[in-house]
Amino acid sequence: MQLNRKNLIDLDELSADEITLILDSAAKFKEVLQRKIKKVPALRGVTIANVFYEPSTRTRMSFELAEKRLSADIINFSKATSSVKKGESLRDTLENIQAMKVDIVVMRHGSSGAHTFASEFLEAKIVNAGDGQHAHPTQALLDMMTLRERWGGFEGKRVTIIGDIMHSRVARSNIWGLTRMGALVTVCGPPTMMPTAIEKLGHGGVTVEYDLRKAIVDADAINILRIQLERQETKLFPSMREYFEVFGVTPDVLRDAPPDCIVMHPGPMNRGVEIAQEVADGPQAVILPQVENGVAVRMAVLFLLAGSAAESVEVEN
Amino acid sequence: MKDWKDKKEFWITGAKIADPAGGRIRAGSVCVRKGEIAEIAWQKQIDSDLPVFDAEGAVLAPGFIDVHAHLREPGFEDKETIETGTAAAAAGGYTAVLCMANTDPPVDDPSVVKYILRRAAEAGHCRVYVAGAVTKGLAGSDICEYRHLKEAGAVALSDDGRWVVNSRTMRSALEYARMLGLPVIAHCEDSFLAAGTQMNEGFTSTRLGLKGTPAASEEIAVSRDIMLAQLTGAHLHVAHVSTKGSVDLIRAAKRRGVRVTAEATPHHLALDETMLAGYDRSLKVNPPLRSREDVAALRAALKDGTIDCIATDHAPHSEIDKQVEFDLAPPGMTGLETAFALLHTELVLGGQFDMITLLSLLTAGPARALGLPGGTIAVGAPADLALIDPAMKWIPERGKMRSRSNNTPLLGRELTGRVLGIFLEGSWKPGNI
Repeated sequence: MQLNRKNLIDLDELSADEITLILDSAAKFKEVLQRKIKKVPALRGVTIANVFYEPSTRTRMSFELAEKRLSADIINFSKATSSVKKGESLRDTLENIQAMKVDIVVMRHGSSGAHTFASEFLEAKIVNAGDGQHAHPTQALLDMMTLRERWGGFEGKRVTIIGDIMHSRVARSNIWGLTRMGALVTVCGPPTMMPTAIEKLGHGGVTVEYDLRKAIVDADAINILRIQLERQETKLFPSMREYFEVFGVTPDVLRDAPPDCIVMHPGPMNRGVEIAQEVADGPQAVILPQVENGVAVRMAVLFLLAGSAAESVEVEN
Repeated sequence: MKDWKDKKEFWITGAKIADPAGGRIRAGSVCVRKGEIAEIAWQKQIDSDLPVFDAEGAVLAPGFIDVHAHLREPGFEDKETIETGTAAAAAGGYTAVLCMANTDPPVDDPSVVKYILRRAAEAGHCRVYVAGAVTKGLAGSDICEYRHLKEAGAVALSDDGRWVVNSRTMRSALEYARMLGLPVIAHCEDSFLAAGTQMNEGFTSTRLGLKGTPAASEEIAVSRDIMLAQLTGAHLHVAHVSTKGSVDLIRAAKRRGVRVTAEATPHHLALDETMLAGYDRSLKVNPPLRSREDVAALRAALKDGTIDCIATDHAPHSEIDKQVEFDLAPPGMTGLETAFALLHTELVLGGQFDMITLLSLLTAGPARALGLPGGTIAVGAPADLALIDPAMKWIPERGKMRSRSNNTPLLGRELTGRVLGIFLEGSWKPGNI
């Protein structure tokens, strides 16, 4: 089984069947991660380059682990220690990596559309580990996997995404993935962080709500985004303190949501800014399960994209 | 019949003469003598001893006049030179081009004006008019010596590429320019709202995760400049108008009697923001491609005279410049060689404009707007003419155009309507066929 795609750059074009295929495969790979020997030979002989132009803890380690668990050969590129310091362009960097015959490029880059640009000249398959403010498909997929484990399906489920929607690739990819599967999405945040015409995004659109309590009163899950100070040249909000008072998810705020509302956060967290300490560590939060699922989802994506390059999976029982 | 080439006096016969002043296209012939139009006859064939250039039914229009092009020399010769830029202009039907001041060094000193005019004369492909800078270094601070710039040959002033942010400076610039009879061409953009933006702010920019410029950014600047034009009585020319709101502001200002003229580009008239969905850098331009409503408003504004003319804003960039991540790519597209073809295909064949209206917007319109000579086919006028085959289909191809750069979204796109060549002061210059 495989995805009939060369690249995974955005979730907007994925069908419900494709998303289901990825989540089903991820569930199988999660079993591998429970074993003592966490390895399958599925991608033996496949070479993967992790090209990270932006800092990352979770995503990067998660991809590396996924690749190692699949027995792939990996090479790592980090902007800070590369010839980017000597002024080498993205195109030259990628073409040089390509010349070393890599099969898959997993890339994170600060420019929206960087992967679309790369696909103009790269023969290798491309997996988007985050581009600018545009997309972060594997994050949305692991968020969806975490929800599906608890719900079984998505139809009619209400998910509220809270925070700096304008600068969030996590929000955009979640909107595409969740609406495709029939969930109802609300976005909540200050007007200065709400992009124009966001209500039209996704399959069927989303609801925009500026009042936090109204936004979560019937939410089955909330996804709390980090306030991304490194993406803002100008202050879109007067202070962290004010953000916490208006949009911070505290235990008191959470009491307005249904009692079984699931609390998610893509990480890294600014404790005390967008999410209170007690909420992050509380019983409704699934933040660490999200991270665990991230490795499984990325194993699934890489395996399904590698297609003919992959050997068949031997799953021993 | 004698050969017409390099003769001082000859007839152009069998043409369809399109003179905007006459308002229609009529079969006829034109006699050229010593670089001037000596006679116009409303017959296809002429009984004469003079040599004959047979137009074979092609449309003969006044030579086009572009009041907004970046020839990039001095300083950016990797993108374009005056030689290649004017060659592209001639291939596109232009017998005159007004070039902008954001060169390196900028045209803030008379020596640069003279340099450009000399290089243009050496190239000899078309006439070049020069815009001097409004402020020194285009820094928006100190106004230049407009009198010296004018004496050296400048016919207008512009800091195009940038908006003069300081209103007091812009007021002084307009007042001083008024004294010298120089129009000020304004690139209207609120620098703060537009900082770091990549395309029009709207659903497409949200979907792509690109920072967008709201229409208000242009409208705020248009509004301010119109009020200063009103205050000072100077002639303001608004460059590359792109939004409905700007059109409304200019319309109201004209009604009040403010001395404002305006231009729109072929790309803003034919393309819109939705086409950027694949992060195509060849569509990245400033001001950005806008919404369909804005495009409709611009077209209506051309028809009712709110916008006086079409100007290309020809902005060449090299492959090295444009083959990068979207947010790193400089904005701009070439336009001199493709302007007529694009507008003819989209607006005339699209049924919204007739041919004579389009030609008027490329000739008489710009001449009138900025007080430049030309734009008509009249006895006594210089024989600056464009010969056009409106039915010829062609496809712009990388490396086959006269511009040094290939940054146009029209590569590989079939267009209908081609300039066969121009007469520059009676001298025939074949097009790029």
